[in-house]
Amino acid sequence: MENLYTLTAHELLGLLDKRSVRPEDIIESVCSRAAAVDGKVKGYVNIDKAGALSSVPGAPSGKLRGIPVAVKDNICVEGELTTCASKILRGFRPPYNATVIEKLKAEGAVVLGRANMDEFAFGSSCENSAYFPTLNPWDTSRIPGGSSGGSAAVVAADEAVMALGSDTGGSIRQPAALCGVVGMKPTYGRVSRYGLIAFASSLDQIGPLTKDVRDAALLLGAIAGYDEKDSTSVNLPVPDYLQCLTGDVKGMKIGIPKEYFVDGMDKEVDAAVREAVALLKAKGAQVSEVSLPHTEYAVAVYYILATAEASSNLARFDGVQYGHRCENPGNMLDMYERTRGEGFGAEAKRRIILGTYVLSSGYYDAYYLKAQKVRTLIKNDFDKVFGAGFDCILTPTSPTPAFKVGERSSDPLSMYLSDIFTISVNLAGVPAISLPCGFTKSGLPIGMQLIGDFFEEGKLFRAAHAYESHTDWHKRSPKL
Amino acid sequence: MDYEPVIGLEVHVQLKTASKMFCGCTTEFGGPPNSHTCPVCLGFPGVLPVLNKRALFSAIRAALAVDCKVSKEVKFHRKNYFYPDLPKDYQISQYDEPLSENGKIDVLADGKTRTIRVKRVHMEEDAGKLIHEEGENSSLVDFNRSGMPLLEIVSEPDINSPEEAYQYLTKLKLLLRYLDVSDCDMEKGSLRCDANISIRKKGDTGLGTKAEVKNMNSFKGVKSALEYEIERQVKCAEAGERIVMETRLWDPARCVTVSMRSKEEAHDYRYFPEPDLVPFALDPSVVESERKGLPELPEAKKARFIGTFGLPEYDADVLVQEKDNADYFEACLEYYDKPKIISNWLMGDVAAFLNSKGIPITELKMRPQGLAGLLREIDSGKISGKMAKDIVLEMCESGKDAAAIISEKGLSQISDTSELEKFADQAIAENAKTVEDFMKGKDSALMFLVGQVMKKTRGKANPAMVNEVLRKRLAAKK
Repeated sequence: MENLYTLTAHELLGLLDKRSVRPEDIIESVCSRAAAVDGKVKGYVNIDKAGALSSVPGAPSGKLRGIPVAVKDNICVEGELTTCASKILRGFRPPYNATVIEKLKAEGAVVLGRANMDEFAFGSSCENSAYFPTLNPWDTSRIPGGSSGGSAAVVAADEAVMALGSDTGGSIRQPAALCGVVGMKPTYGRVSRYGLIAFASSLDQIGPLTKDVRDAALLLGAIAGYDEKDSTSVNLPVPDYLQCLTGDVKGMKIGIPKEYFVDGMDKEVDAAVREAVALLKAKGAQVSEVSLPHTEYAVAVYYILATAEASSNLARFDGVQYGHRCENPGNMLDMYERTRGEGFGAEAKRRIILGTYVLSSGYYDAYYLKAQKVRTLIKNDFDKVFGAGFDCILTPTSPTPAFKVGERSSDPLSMYLSDIFTISVNLAGVPAISLPCGFTKSGLPIGMQLIGDFFEEGKLFRAAHAYESHTDWHKRSPKL
Repeated sequence: MDYEPVIGLEVHVQLKTASKMFCGCTTEFGGPPNSHTCPVCLGFPGVLPVLNKRALFSAIRAALAVDCKVSKEVKFHRKNYFYPDLPKDYQISQYDEPLSENGKIDVLADGKTRTIRVKRVHMEEDAGKLIHEEGENSSLVDFNRSGMPLLEIVSEPDINSPEEAYQYLTKLKLLLRYLDVSDCDMEKGSLRCDANISIRKKGDTGLGTKAEVKNMNSFKGVKSALEYEIERQVKCAEAGERIVMETRLWDPARCVTVSMRSKEEAHDYRYFPEPDLVPFALDPSVVESERKGLPELPEAKKARFIGTFGLPEYDADVLVQEKDNADYFEACLEYYDKPKIISNWLMGDVAAFLNSKGIPITELKMRPQGLAGLLREIDSGKISGKMAKDIVLEMCESGKDAAAIISEKGLSQISDTSELEKFADQAIAENAKTVEDFMKGKDSALMFLVGQVMKKTRGKANPAMVNEVLRKRLAAKK
């Protein structure tokens, strides 16, 4: 029999249902794989085999009956260390479960390990973790992308069957593309944010990182849905996403936005995505060019709005109730200054300062308010395309494949541009999926992105699955 | 030179809801520190607020009662500042689009009625409480109050005297208690008041530099603080000193205001829309149904008491100061139809009893039907008004009805003529000199004889009847 750790969740479910494996066997297999390769990948900040084994349900039932899931370190698990890969949350064990964790448990899944990330999800390379950088399983001299770099890397390295990440400006899709796995950012409001430690509340969504499209549909189906604890979640029924996987794209209208094929884009990425377009066309999709004219403002708008919200969301890390507190504070101000000075890394400080600045009196109108207006224009761009009958929009996920560790860490702007193709989606609130569409000559994965209309995750799964069933990029594994 | 004060008040009241504004924790007062808390009101990482609809409805009622126009959309903002009693280090509040604006409260002060405009009424959450232990090098935080629903009511700078400020607060409290949306107990902290105050030369229309006065813990304290602050500012101006914009604290022990911080170091609160609470349209039918559900407000009730029941304005005013008193009064009327008599008893003996016990009328054991029964006993002549005063006390204490007390204690008045005649004849026989005086035309001598009969009957005789019987018996002697 194949090693269990190489299998997808839907393959494992088949074996579990036939009683040919037990959930414990999967956990053992995945953990021994992690023990063998995580020293190179460093995708986990914590993996708890004993805890996972002890929490296997007696008679697993539900959509994920007996499947272990890795969870990004910014999603609260009751009683378990949850630190956002930040020193300031050192030792923090939430007294409650995030809604997605409750849902996973209700569907019979087992939480196995906490995945590394850029501190508070600030970054695109996983180098901003307070623990250690995670490395790309396909080339460990390179970054895995971020901020859900740990989640993407452990799935790519077969150290996890599937993983949860969070996506504020591309934090699921970009690492998925760079690690050669599938990652989806659902529609804003599709998945409850209750228990996700907020970066930018109006942009954050939790989503799946998986080995193939079917697993992504399976995992999203398990975590999606209205939650009365999250006023921004939307009360709409969750379709059966597995029903959408027909393997057929005939008649689907796919738009190619001209603004997403830019100068300076990696030639191999450009070529791989164009080939993917050709394949979909050959399989019966109707492909035509569309325009998203406000794309060029997305990065600027994002770094105003996201940092503004972050500066407020991160204020609570003040040393009063939980996490890090400086030694022997002299007075209140000293406690705040040293606690936060010691607890936050450089990128967190940069974003807090930026966000504080754009909200300051005298600058609010010029920055925050203006950015909100442009955000509306960006959303209108998408509304127009989908209003014209397009089912999805196809773009590259990242303008380049994985870059070298340290290559961009001294240049924040070049790092921010890693998310140039993913940010608009969060600003508009629409869903998008990234899936493998090729490899560079040097063997690095390339991802493409499919963007859908609000709550049309089903169409994205359909198109992505159809493409995937005609290719085998997703079947390749890194040599570790 | 003559100066006049310009005063605006910012009042915070705690809304009376079962649970907090954004979580399910109880709003009960007291409880061990941090016992009424959950991850949401403790601001733990990852939690989200969910608006308590009851708090919204209460806020709408309050806004309507002060004639505010209720907004078509409900929208929250974050007010960002660091303080250890604020668990998220931002407060969820309302900013450029408050729940309601442009209301008014009519206030009677210094003999005239004036309209004080209400600028806005908005919702926000309360913070926790810092506890500084004597001699300790650190402070403790109690988050029981964190996330309690608050209403902020901001007046325009229309208030012209400390007395007007006092009356404004009294009226506001009365209204909110009528609506049953808040206890408005300043000592318990369910009503807090800050004042903005400046002075200007009489006749000027501009506004002077204002000071914000905080830390007043009673309505009288507000009045005293304002009186002090006006005097201080006038002295300042007369001495040619510049009045600075600052926050001052009222020190009730020393009866002075003390500078706390100058506004130059003021916070920049970096308000921005709360992304965790999506703005939502307020269905006009919701506002309409709250408007229809408003109880009769004190002004209207007072007018009705005067118009329908013929109460003097003074009585009506006293009765409507507590809604429960007014309700009690009306309940009595269902069993007894002389409003002024009821009002006399309520404002007199009953009020005195409640005061001495420090209880509200709702806890009074004597119910309206009981009081009405007592009043009927007086009317029937069975007991005297004087006897009733003792009986009512016992009714208040025990809740027994008047008839029971009267028969238990044998208190009923002697109204039997033949029995009274016996006592009258005795008195006449024993006081020959007085009888003689009366016969000579000294009418006041009769009063002495009435007194003698009352004495013999230990006060149980019906004085009017004694008078009549004596006259009859004396006339028969002539």
